[in-house]
Amino acid sequence: MNAKYEAVIGLEVHSQIKTDTKVFCNCSTDFHSQPNTNICPVCTGQPGVLPVLNKKAVELLVRTGLALECRINKKSVFARKQYFYPDLPKNYQISQYDLPFAEHGKLNISVDGGVKTIGITRIHLEEDAGKLVHDIGMKKLDYSLADYNRTGIPLMEIVSEPDMRTPQDAAAYLTALKSLIEYLETSDCNMEEGKFRCDANVSIRPVGQKEFGTKAELKNMNTISGVEEALVYEIQRQIEVVENGGKIVQETRTWDPDEKVTKSMRSKENAHDYRYFPDPDLVPVILDDDFINKIKKDIPELPEKRKQRLISECGLSQYDANVIISDKALADYYETALETASKQSDNSGKQIANWITTELLGKLNSAKLTIKESPVKAENLGTLVALIIKGTISGKIAKMVFEDMFNDGKDPDTVVKEKGLVQISDEGAIVAICKEAVAESPKIVEEYKAGKERAIGAIVGLVMKKSKGKANPQMVNKILIDLLKQ
Amino acid sequence: MNEIIKMTATELAEKIKTKQLKSAEVVQAFIKRAKETDSKIKAYMEITEEYAMAQAKASDEKIASGKETGALEGVPIAIKDNILIKNLRMTASSKILENYIAPYDATVIEKLKNSGAVFVGKTNLDEFAMGSSTENSAFFTTKNPWDTERIPGGSSGGSASAVGAMTAPLALGTDTGGSIRQPASCCGIVGVKPTYGRVSRFGAVAFASSLDQIGPMSKTVEDSALLLNVIAGYDKKDSTSINKEVPDYVKNINKDLKGLKIGLPKEYFIDGLDTDVKKSIDETIKIYKSLGCDIVEISLPHTDYAIAVYYIICCSEASANLARYDGVRYGFRAECDNLSDEYKKSRGQGFGPEVKRRIMLGTYALSAGYYDAYYGKAQKVRTLIKQDFEKAYEKVDIIMTPSAPTPAFKIGEKSSDPLQMYLSDIFTISCNLAGVAGMSVPCGFSKEGIPLGMQLLSKYFDEEKMFNVAYKYQQATDFHKQFPRI
Repeated sequence: MNAKYEAVIGLEVHSQIKTDTKVFCNCSTDFHSQPNTNICPVCTGQPGVLPVLNKKAVELLVRTGLALECRINKKSVFARKQYFYPDLPKNYQISQYDLPFAEHGKLNISVDGGVKTIGITRIHLEEDAGKLVHDIGMKKLDYSLADYNRTGIPLMEIVSEPDMRTPQDAAAYLTALKSLIEYLETSDCNMEEGKFRCDANVSIRPVGQKEFGTKAELKNMNTISGVEEALVYEIQRQIEVVENGGKIVQETRTWDPDEKVTKSMRSKENAHDYRYFPDPDLVPVILDDDFINKIKKDIPELPEKRKQRLISECGLSQYDANVIISDKALADYYETALETASKQSDNSGKQIANWITTELLGKLNSAKLTIKESPVKAENLGTLVALIIKGTISGKIAKMVFEDMFNDGKDPDTVVKEKGLVQISDEGAIVAICKEAVAESPKIVEEYKAGKERAIGAIVGLVMKKSKGKANPQMVNKILIDLLKQ
Repeated sequence: MNEIIKMTATELAEKIKTKQLKSAEVVQAFIKRAKETDSKIKAYMEITEEYAMAQAKASDEKIASGKETGALEGVPIAIKDNILIKNLRMTASSKILENYIAPYDATVIEKLKNSGAVFVGKTNLDEFAMGSSTENSAFFTTKNPWDTERIPGGSSGGSASAVGAMTAPLALGTDTGGSIRQPASCCGIVGVKPTYGRVSRFGAVAFASSLDQIGPMSKTVEDSALLLNVIAGYDKKDSTSINKEVPDYVKNINKDLKGLKIGLPKEYFIDGLDTDVKKSIDETIKIYKSLGCDIVEISLPHTDYAIAVYYIICCSEASANLARYDGVRYGFRAECDNLSDEYKKSRGQGFGPEVKRRIMLGTYALSAGYYDAYYGKAQKVRTLIKQDFEKAYEKVDIIMTPSAPTPAFKIGEKSSDPLQMYLSDIFTISCNLAGVAGMSVPCGFSKEGIPLGMQLLSKYFDEEKMFNVAYKYQQATDFHKQFPRI
């Protein structure tokens, strides 16, 4: 970025709330159903129907709001947001305007090793729209098909303060938010299924200026890296406009992920007037302290706290802790492995983290598997690390064992037994092999005795070769040194 | 004239239950009458003979086999055509819904079915219940059975005319600003607008959600009480319905009125009040005095603002409620080759002029920059109007006013002047704004022999008292025993 300018970024995240039924009717929220099978008179906007609020959706939103340290409003009101579009059966969306459920929260994010606090303006509840289909397979239609399965699925819109300054901030915020919501299990956050969507407001200003510049609203980013890329592009575009003596116009722009550019959708003059007004079909929602406190009690340990615990109790580095807590399933995996290992050995915390970050995640990545689909079960990884610590197998052997575990899904004890990989820790046996190796390496022995201590490595290698890698390397070292002293 | 059609619903229910009459015979008599008169009256969008006869047969079988019967077992009822009966056409008297088949039953319809009531037809209304004369129906104007050159009132003019012409002993209407009471008054019958939240709105086409209520229409007070017994009560499908016990409205209907305080709001007895209307109210006051009631002058000081407040609120809500009629999923669709034209033409051709006028008024009132001046302010004044009633009820038990400023006017007399038309509701709209219950009771005839009505306005959820006050009056008069010569 041009050092003369800084960007100001605020994000609006729409996250599908994880309920079994829609927010104002009893239809299923199942993503995989055939088109227009999860519909009823209410969510297709037939004459005479009325919305009835799904209490579960409110609970899950409040749970999210509390985790983001929001104030929960005792009184909330639904409003109608009016615009015409064929995916919106009533031609208004039930949303919130003046009195959302949650306001004034915050979220800490980690960027460049530091911590930044991003303000949360508000979280409100609204219904999702349907889906328009413009092609069947490769065939482009000259008409559109409407699927109302998604119509009325509850969304929480989480609006941030304009507290982010770089595309990296934005990515870190989205990662942290997604992770937090996954911990809370209030949304699946599946971006491919459109369950976690993000719009970005971005402007630039000369460094040092307090007033905000004119902003553009970016839409259609479907991944966190897409948001980052779009912001990088848009900030550069705005700088170039200003540098060339132009003016930024307030507008909505859409991100084209193929061309990797943002394109103007509509200007402020053509912006919608949504004509919000309180929905007379829904009474104001009054939340009492009991309701809020009960939800508060139910909130699990959140990523930030978990990270601190993993650092202080398990001895993890900042980096490893960050990687592990970024995904709740991964952190759960880690803790399960640790629990298993701790039953068999001590101080396995760091090693397990190493195995996960260096071996397991790499392999999962290239096999395109999630941690939940890992062929190596958490308990088995814990046992593997315990075997190393106990000295049953060496670290080098463990890598071979892990390979088999990943490919065949076997547990480490079985692999070790089947392949006879148990480490030789019997002193007599090792001494015998070491003596053999010393006898076969007169030149190296001479070098060593002449003071070239590093030369011992070659004899260690020979011992390991002779033992097929099974000799306990620490013992080999010690025994060789003793032998060579003689 | 067949004696059956002169009977009250209460009498018919009793006679059918005790096997003195068969439901089929009763339904047949009313349908015969409807077929004879409706070419002149045009009360019905559709006479549902087949549907009704099947229901009647089922009721008769139920009674013959000694099974438990409902409160309205075998009794005919006409339904305003903005209430949904599953598998029957529901037009709301609009071209945009001309061929719409209801996919579900309104809650009141479900309740009526459970009570054994028989649906003899769907009645005409002003399109989407917007109007005071049925002249805004997209299909035809209903005539007043007392003088076919006059309007039957509106918007529930079809239902009022159907009961007035004795083609059904009972009918359902909807009342947003007087749409049950004003036509009841015009047609010489009883019409009740229950307290807001007393009857579920689920399945009644929404016009102005915060004002709409479904209510009974009948020749006698007792019949309306009987019908309200069936349709009232909390409905989990309507968040604005109130979870409050429903008393038996018939049980205490004959209580003595001695010492009851009746309030006459001075703001309703304005200069220019029709002399026949004034005379009928004076007579009514005399009768109540003779029944031992105290007549007290009261003030509802914000009455003057009611019409302005009402039209801002009802148009605003209507502009959103009617957005769903776009031809995309159901209803009239103009053939076009692009989306924007399809919206404009489907709605432009599908809605009549009054509906379009109100949608535009409401859209304007909710627009950015105008919201506070119109909708926001109207809501504040609405609160003041509500407080007027609360204060008045500290002094009196019930309020009495004329139902309409004039007797039913001639067809065409006001149809070119919307403001004059809006003033037809001047005495009835405050009741909807405040949310209290109200009813119109026949109280005389004009010099030309056109029926007149007086309006009773009760406290919130005090319909029991209101029926009692109306019933005692009806016992002392015989206006409800007059029949039009049609």
